[in-house]
Amino acid sequence: MIFTSLFETAWHALATHRLRSFLTMLGMVIGVAAVILMLAIGQGAQAMVRSAIESMGSNLFIIMSGATTTGGARVAIGSAPTLTFDDADAIRDLQDIVAASPVSPGSAQLIYGGVNWSTSVFGTTPDYAIVRDWPMESGGFFSEADVRSGARVAVIGQVVARELFGDEDPIGKVIRIRQAPFEVIGVLAAKGQSLDGRDQDDLVIVPISSAQQKIFSGSLRNRARFIMAQAVSEKSMDAAESAINELLRNRHRIGVGQEDDFTVRNLTAIAEAAASTTRIMSLLLGAIAAISLVVGGIGIMNIMLVSVTERTREIGIRMAIGARRRDVLWQFLIEALTLSLIGCGMGVVLGIGGATLVESFAGLPIAVTPASLLMAVGVSFLIGVFFGFYPARRAAGLDPIEALRSQ
Amino acid sequence: MAQPGKPLIEVVDLEKDYPTGAGVLQALRGVSLSIAAGEFVAIMGASGSGKSTFMNLLGCLDRPTRGSYHLDGQDVSRLSSDQLAALRNREIGFVFQGFNLLPKLTALDNVALPLVYAGVGRQARRQQAQAMLDRVGLGDRSHHTPLQLSGGQQQRVAIARALASRPRLIFADEPTGNLDSETSRQVMGLFSQLNREEGITLVLVTHEADIAAYARRRICFQDGRVVEDVAQSEGAT
Repeated sequence: MIFTSLFETAWHALATHRLRSFLTMLGMVIGVAAVILMLAIGQGAQAMVRSAIESMGSNLFIIMSGATTTGGARVAIGSAPTLTFDDADAIRDLQDIVAASPVSPGSAQLIYGGVNWSTSVFGTTPDYAIVRDWPMESGGFFSEADVRSGARVAVIGQVVARELFGDEDPIGKVIRIRQAPFEVIGVLAAKGQSLDGRDQDDLVIVPISSAQQKIFSGSLRNRARFIMAQAVSEKSMDAAESAINELLRNRHRIGVGQEDDFTVRNLTAIAEAAASTTRIMSLLLGAIAAISLVVGGIGIMNIMLVSVTERTREIGIRMAIGARRRDVLWQFLIEALTLSLIGCGMGVVLGIGGATLVESFAGLPIAVTPASLLMAVGVSFLIGVFFGFYPARRAAGLDPIEALRSQ
Repeated sequence: MAQPGKPLIEVVDLEKDYPTGAGVLQALRGVSLSIAAGEFVAIMGASGSGKSTFMNLLGCLDRPTRGSYHLDGQDVSRLSSDQLAALRNREIGFVFQGFNLLPKLTALDNVALPLVYAGVGRQARRQQAQAMLDRVGLGDRSHHTPLQLSGGQQQRVAIARALASRPRLIFADEPTGNLDSETSRQVMGLFSQLNREEGITLVLVTHEADIAAYARRRICFQDGRVVEDVAQSEGAT
């Protein structure tokens, strides 16, 4: 039997029961749409996390002042940071560490001309740009000499540049940070959202000495709220972590059995955990969607069984005039396949439409990839074959004489 | 065409058993006969006499329990179900009492259906089917569905379908059973004409004597055996 006439026959049979065919397909439509939508949302979330991780910098440690227990940070509000600039220098001198920078964070109002903007202020050292792998868009970062002399220079993020300066070139302009004048010497390249959803470009970075003298006047000199450090490579992360622990316990004279007054966190590991969480989430969503595909397949099998019973006489006639068993098998298999593939096509359209809606209304980034489309089509094909085979075999196994006699 | 000297159909000691709840039903109990190419045979008998079972065996829809069946010299009882299907497709045409047309297809598509299974291309299929519809006088009804046709017209479409793959043998099972006497005469006239003009071998199952009278040989069945096998002059043409 010729293949095109098989599809013709299948189309004909399905077209005579339009409503029934459509309802049968609905399971596949919803299943495929759900798979595509869920994969799109999942992959969108993954892409978001990935870019956040990339923007964070690699092989990163954050060493925080104060101890933590499982309950969280035990640093009392107002208590003095325990980490010193010298701690940061010592960490930087460790074998497995590339760079380390003490950070004194806070927030302040910036004023330029008649415009003001409240933002985060980070007092730190030039190592910060290395640790965070943060290139400049224009101008340059401040130097060690600037830190030593307490120079009033500032590097600003993209958001600050836009809000304060608009189209103007910020380089060389003087802004006031909590009334103290600072000269803008550089604009950082855009980083986007961090893992916890903050806009990383909304900040201003100044030498840590200047920050403590001019902006956070109440803060203890030479103390940092936290230190960020970068390990040489991913492999050296573990060695670096214990080296930092040992170093700081020595420097802070913490005896055996005493509680640390600092906390070392492997940021890269935390980020990777977040990434694998979103990966598992998207897998889970896909699996739930796949269940509706299977349900759709069972619907197809059910209707095909009904169809075979209804058309027993037709099968008998076809066999009498020369249809081989395999012709009958193919006829019903192709019918089931046509059902599932048309359902798949409608599901793809619905899924892409839904994904576009989610993107525009919920503001979630989504990604309908060719791979997910291919998977949807492939799975529908398999479902059509799998759930179409049993009814088709039943049709092909009919006895022609019995089938001809049926009403 | 049949090999000279050999009959088209030759059955020897044909038996068919059906297992039933109460034991084995012997539908055929040893039938031996032969039919030459070009014959027009009527098979008669009461219901349960075994004539339908015999027809199903001759039509390659079923296989005998014992005995041999040679169709054109070929031992049919040894063929696979695919080979039987091919025989039904190319060598045999069926005409049924209930017409057995596919209701959703047009007359043309119904007639073309055997050609689909013969692997004939779409264009050639339509041409041949149209020619067969012309042959049975329904060339102008090719795009009607069976429900739009009268009983006599439906049976002529069924005959056109039986003719589509140009078989040498046509089996007709009570072909006039659902028709009134006038249309019965037309249908039987068509059969006689096909037999006379194209040499198609016709085997007709009927229980009506006036229908059997169209044939030139009459075989009567009773309790699974042939009880009468006589030549007769063509009666009503």
